Amino acid sequence: MTLVSGWGRFPVVDTEMLRPRSFGAVGEAVAVTGTIARGNGRAYGDAAIGAARTIAMTALDRVRSFDPATGRIRLEAGVLLSDLIDTFGPRGFFPFVVPGTRFVSVGGAIAADVHGKNHHGEGGFGRYVDSILLRTGAGETIEASREQNSDAFFATVGGMGLTGVILEATMRLRPVVSGWIRERVISASDLDAAMRALEASDPATYSVAWIDCVARGRNLGRSLIYLGEHAGRDELAEGADMFPVGKAPGLGVPLDLPSITLNRYSIGTFNELYYRMGARRTGIDHVVSLYPYFFPLDSLSDWNRIYGRRGFLQHQCVIPEAGAREVLGDILDRVARRGDASFLAVLKKLGHGDGLLSFPLPGYTLALDFPVRGDILNFLDEIDRLVVAGGGRLYLAKDARQSRATFEAGYPALARFKAIRKSLDPAQNIRSKLSQRLFDEG
Amino acid sequence: MTSRMSVLVLGGSSDIGRAAARAFAKAGYDVSLAGRDAAALEPDAADLRARYNIEASTRSFDVLDTASFDGFVAGLPALPDVVISIVGLLGVQQDAESDLAHATTIMRSNYEGPSLILGLFAEKFLARGSGTLVGVSSVAGDRGRASNYIYGSAKAGFSAFLSGLRARCSRSAVHVVTVKPGFVRTKMTEGMKLIGPLTVDAPVVGDAILAAVEKKSDVVYVSGKWRLVMLIIKTLPEAVFKKLKF
Repeated sequence: MTLVSGWGRFPVVDTEMLRPRSFGAVGEAVAVTGTIARGNGRAYGDAAIGAARTIAMTALDRVRSFDPATGRIRLEAGVLLSDLIDTFGPRGFFPFVVPGTRFVSVGGAIAADVHGKNHHGEGGFGRYVDSILLRTGAGETIEASREQNSDAFFATVGGMGLTGVILEATMRLRPVVSGWIRERVISASDLDAAMRALEASDPATYSVAWIDCVARGRNLGRSLIYLGEHAGRDELAEGADMFPVGKAPGLGVPLDLPSITLNRYSIGTFNELYYRMGARRTGIDHVVSLYPYFFPLDSLSDWNRIYGRRGFLQHQCVIPEAGAREVLGDILDRVARRGDASFLAVLKKLGHGDGLLSFPLPGYTLALDFPVRGDILNFLDEIDRLVVAGGGRLYLAKDARQSRATFEAGYPALARFKAIRKSLDPAQNIRSKLSQRLFDEG
Repeated sequence: MTSRMSVLVLGGSSDIGRAAARAFAKAGYDVSLAGRDAAALEPDAADLRARYNIEASTRSFDVLDTASFDGFVAGLPALPDVVISIVGLLGVQQDAESDLAHATTIMRSNYEGPSLILGLFAEKFLARGSGTLVGVSSVAGDRGRASNYIYGSAKAGFSAFLSGLRARCSRSAVHVVTVKPGFVRTKMTEGMKLIGPLTVDAPVVGDAILAAVEKKSDVVYVSGKWRLVMLIIKTLPEAVFKKLKF
C-alpha cells in the first residue's frame, strides 16, 4: 500500500498503487472493485485516489499518430501537456486549452474537462477532443465520440474518471506561429472595475484577473487583469527563438514550510508589492514567453509544500453571471476579514461547459487557496452556502471537502450522469475517494 | 536514403531504451529499436515517427542468442552511426546464489551478450573509420557488494570490456562511451527502495546518453553525486567493506 494525496496534500490516503505499461495490464487492474485512473496527480483533492486501488497512467505516454496538415493527434492518456508542448511547440502547434500547470496528463485534462484563460471564448479541453478510447468498469473497450457512444463521450468529458479508464484520445492542436504571448496588463481598483474589465475583454483570446484578497473596504477586489494573444513573427525581438524551451522546474521548495510562514502580514506585504509591480506594467503591450504567461507557478517545483505539512485546500467556485457581483463581493469580504487566503486568488470569466459534469458555466469563477488549519472547513461550508444560493458550483478537480448537498445542488445533470455511469459499469468497479464522498450509494 | 544520422538501440523496450530513442530522435537521428519482440516495439517506433518526423524501424534481437549476432549485423540495411546497448537483467541475487542457470542468465545478459555485440560493431566501425558505441553499464560494477554481486560482477566485466575497447579505438575516429546510470525509476527497479536524491527518471538518462555521444565523453555517471558515492565505496578498505551488508 502507498500513501497518496492530490496536489493539495489533503487528504492523504492509503491505496494500492499500480503502474500498468500496457492496455492489457490496465484491463486487469480495473477488474477489481474500487479503482480509479490517475494521471500526473495534479487534481488537488481526492479525485484521483482509488477507493481501493489507484492506476497510475503516466507510463502510457506514446503518441500514436500526428497529422501536421490538420493538427490532429492520437495519443495515449498518460502523455503530459508539458511533453506535448516540448515536442509539438517547435513544430508550430500548441494545445487549444491549457490549465494553470502544464504538468497534467491528457487523460486527466479530459476527465476534469480543464479550462484555461480562453474559456470565455473558446471553451474547455473537451471541446477539442474528437474521440476517446475508454476501458469501462464492465470490462469493455469502447471508442466514444460526439457521433458514436455519445452518452459515454459527454459523461467522460468532465466525468472525473468515473466512466472508466481513458486509454487514448484523438484531439486537435492549435497551429501557432510562435511560443510567445503578447500580454497586456490592466489594473482595476476594485471588484466592479475588475469584472467590467473582464467583460470588456471578451474579444481577447486569453484573459484572467489576479485579485488581492487582503485588500478591504474600497479596495476590495482590486485586481490586475492579464490579457494575452499568440504573438506573430514580426512582434518578436530580433534573434529570439521562435519557440522557447520550457525549463524543468528549477528552484524547489525542499521541505514543508512551517504553516506560520503564510500569515496575514506576509501575504499582505507580498500582495501589496505584487499589485504595485504589476500596476507599473499597465498600458503597454509586451511580449512574454508562454511559460510565465500560462504557467507562472510551474517554475517553482513542489510549490504545494509552501502551505506546510498539513496541506492546503483550493476552493474554486463559479457563479452564474447575473448574481456573480453580489456573491463574489460577499465571499471576498469574508475572506479579507479572515486574512489567511493565499497570494493566489484568480478571477476568470467562463463560458458553457461541454460535458455533463463539466465545471464551467457562463459566469465568473473565483479560486482561493487556504492552508489546512483551524476552522477552515467550517468557513468553507459557510462560503459554499453563498455559492449554492447564487446558483453556482465547485470544481471537482480542486475539491476535497464539499458536502453532497452542495455538489447535488450545483450539478443538475447529475442524475443523467449516474444513469450513464451505471450502464457502463453496472457493478461500480470504478470508484474513487471522491465518488465515495459525493456519488456512490451505501 | 537520407543524410540524417542513425542510431540503433539494443534493448529498445526498456524504459532507458525508450528514453534514449526519444532523445536521439528529437535531435534528428533516425532510430532503429531492437528487442526480443520486434512487433511489441512498433508502437514506440510509431511514437518516434509521429513526434519527431524521423524514420523509425524495429528489429528483433536476443542478447542471449550470440550465434545470431553475425547475421543480425549483416542483416541491417545500413551500418548505423551510433549503437547503444541498454540490454541487461537485474535478476534475483538470492535465487542466483544457488540457481546456476539463473546466475548464468544474469552474467550472459549483462556481460557476454552486450560485449560481443558491441565488439562486433566495433570491427565494422573501425573498418568504416567512424561510429560511436555506447554501453550502459552500472555503478554496481564498480565494486562487488553482498546484495548484488552476481549482477555487479557481470557489469564490472562489461565496464572493463568497454574500457579496453575504448583504448583500442582511441587512435581511430571510433569512440566508446560507458554510461553508469545509478538508481533510475524504471520497471526494472519498480518496488525497490531507492534513495530519492540519488534517483533519476529515465528521460534524464536518455538525455545524458545523447550528450555523452555528442561530447565524446568516456565514462559518464548520469548524476555527479554517484561519482562521489562510488569513489567513497571504491576506496573503503576491504576489511571494512566486507562487513557492509548493502
